Amino acid sequence: MTNEALQQLLTSWNPNLEFTDENNAYLNVTVNAEDLHQFMLQLKENTETSFDYLFCLTGMDWGKELGVIYHLESTTHRHTLVVRVKTSDRENPNFDTVSNIWYTADFHEREAYDFFGIKFNNHPNMKRLFLTEEWEGFPMRKDYVDDVNMVIK
Amino acid sequence: METITTTNFKSEEYFINMGPQHPATHGVLRLLLTIDGEIIKKVEPDLGYIHRSIEKMCERDSYQQIVHLTDRMDYLSSHINNEAVCLTVEKALELEVPERVKVIRTILGELTRIASHCLWWGVMGMDVGALTTYFYGFRDREMINDIFEETCGARLTMNYNVPGGLMFDIHPNFVNRTKEFIKHFKTKIPEYDRLLTGNVIFEKRTKGVGVLTKEDAISFGASGPVARASGYSCDVRKHHPYSAYNQVNFNEALATEGDTFARYQVRIQELWESISIIEQLIDNIPEGDHKVATNAVIKLPKGEYYQKVETARGELGVFVVSTGTKNPYRMKFRSPGFSNLSLLNHISVGGKIGDLVATMATLDLVIPDIDR
Repeated sequence: MTNEALQQLLTSWNPNLEFTDENNAYLNVTVNAEDLHQFMLQLKENTETSFDYLFCLTGMDWGKELGVIYHLESTTHRHTLVVRVKTSDRENPNFDTVSNIWYTADFHEREAYDFFGIKFNNHPNMKRLFLTEEWEGFPMRKDYVDDVNMVIK
Repeated sequence: METITTTNFKSEEYFINMGPQHPATHGVLRLLLTIDGEIIKKVEPDLGYIHRSIEKMCERDSYQQIVHLTDRMDYLSSHINNEAVCLTVEKALELEVPERVKVIRTILGELTRIASHCLWWGVMGMDVGALTTYFYGFRDREMINDIFEETCGARLTMNYNVPGGLMFDIHPNFVNRTKEFIKHFKTKIPEYDRLLTGNVIFEKRTKGVGVLTKEDAISFGASGPVARASGYSCDVRKHHPYSAYNQVNFNEALATEGDTFARYQVRIQELWESISIIEQLIDNIPEGDHKVATNAVIKLPKGEYYQKVETARGELGVFVVSTGTKNPYRMKFRSPGFSNLSLLNHISVGGKIGDLVATMATLDLVIPDIDR
């Protein structure tokens, strides 16, 4: 499916979607946090889209907002879509998990929690992945300070 | 004295640590095994023993410096990792590299793959109790490392790619030595087969063990030989060709069984395909420059860039978010081992500890690639 056709189809599902083109090779769509799980499930289950391969899940800190970027590909149609979700709540950021849609999200979401402190609701095992449980703070956040371990140039 | 015979011993679940210093984990990976007798109930990997936060380091480094860091992820595919970052930067700058660079990168990439698979084959045999394979594998890998050493001075962490091309041109001996190696190695793969592939004990250890279905492979984000052994066609070189892969004919190694033996066979098949790719290119390296000039300070235009390549372990993705400065705003490496490890619990539950060792061997994990 071409990017234009994909954009049209997705808009017919959910008119609140925001499409962005930030000098990016793939079609980008921003979805509201409350619609995330339903939207993702539909992307996987619908036979026209069938995005069955979540090949990358990236935690992000945009300065004011925290969020997640999902890279999806369909192994039948071979089209790609980038979904992003944002929140301005830096104290307690949380989104619904997609680990029950794509198993690979289990580890990737734990990584995002470990480095950005983003919690995923209904995740089966929401704890740190790389760092120890006693670690304070979330090191990939832009406002993280560590005078001992970080070399600032 | 009365003999007590009883059949109703109670079985009890308990947990043991496998690693972080365990020969079968090939690095500092710790697995928490919940077992009942010898039957595995749950495998929980505990990561981070070699975590260096490479992604955070990238945020303060220039793009030329980032290339160095990627050697230290999957050190057995270091050339391909370097290439991935260079391709991302070149894509963002809309830089067209000379044909010569593309061909040399492809040949070196395939040599890297052969070297990595040689090492894997050696330790795979060792993990299931055949120590000889280790020496065979390392003997042949050594010849490739010598070629690398002559080409760029390094045997493992190559750092031969730079954004815009190669650091310097190939050594005059490169073509001859590569051909010599190919001639030698073609006689050795049948030896590998004679020694291990048809071995009855080896087959019993691997057939029907650690079965992964195609649907699960896709859902777990598996890639590389692990996914292809389950019948999932995912070779980045075929589906999203980069460098000179669109100029060569090769078959994607596929199997359908999805068990440990299938993963083994896919990698052996890949050795033949890599040889074929090198043979098609080695006599036709185009003349020309080994590099196009870039600015000393590379600034990527504002935007997001994603590039994937096929390393020896599967799909490596490089995701760069740039705000137009000389450092990336965010750099993410989607490493193949990370996703491949996540399915370990799924395919080893119900098996024995010995099966887990065989299964892990064919996942071909490199821990620095997972921990980053």
